Amino acid sequence: MNPSRSMSRRLAAMLFGATILAAAMPSAYALDPGQSLPIASVAGSDANTVPLVDGKARATYIDFWASWCGPCRQSFPWMNRMQDKFGAKGLRIVAVNLDTKRADAQAFLAQLPAKFDLGFDNGGAVARQFGIRTMPSSVLVGADGKVIAVHHGFREEAEAELEQRIAEALARP
Amino acid sequence: MQRSKISRGVLPGVLAACATLAGCSAWQPPQAWEKGTLARPDMSMGGDALSQRFEQHIYSSKENASGGYGVGGGGCGCN
Repeated sequence: MNPSRSMSRRLAAMLFGATILAAAMPSAYALDPGQSLPIASVAGSDANTVPLVDGKARATYIDFWASWCGPCRQSFPWMNRMQDKFGAKGLRIVAVNLDTKRADAQAFLAQLPAKFDLGFDNGGAVARQFGIRTMPSSVLVGADGKVIAVHHGFREEAEAELEQRIAEALARP
Repeated sequence: MQRSKISRGVLPGVLAACATLAGCSAWQPPQAWEKGTLARPDMSMGGDALSQRFEQHIYSSKENASGGYGVGGGGCGCN
């Protein structure tokens, strides 16, 4: 074969492969322990804003949930229990809803009422800033507003570990 | 240098394809919170939840494979 023809074919193949690879690269973002929160507040249920860190809580548990997410149904009773148990010790729970339709979230809340603060992030802008890649996800924030831990998913087996983390966060000076 | 009609068009053709596909780098798979429609029970591939769990257990134990069967179901809520 003519050498210059095969060279240009090889070049073409390499260019094509490189473009495919570049197109396939996903962009990743993750919240690391010790970082500050990317956003200070989320929208509340009625045109108000709910601060994510209110400066008074010793630890804040921010949970991202949606009405269609099975494990979220399990996490709500647990979060209610945590709020009851640790609320006096300075735990604040903020559950940010990511449903596109508010009616779905309200139907969920009618069945599983929340004893904690609720935020609503319709378009997912807050979730994107937090780098959420699992439903549900939770972020435990210390009194200084810095991330302590991020937890992906929710299982009953993980409840004890999460409770332990909350207790430790509250015990910090 | 003799170049046939076909090979003459290869490089410009591929360059054009590259330029078009470069737009695909803006494409992202659905985010975790956008999977509400996928989480509906009618959107899962298996008919019976129990047999689906059984199959997924086999896949994960034999192949260490997970996911691809539906969203929002039991377990950790991942995928």
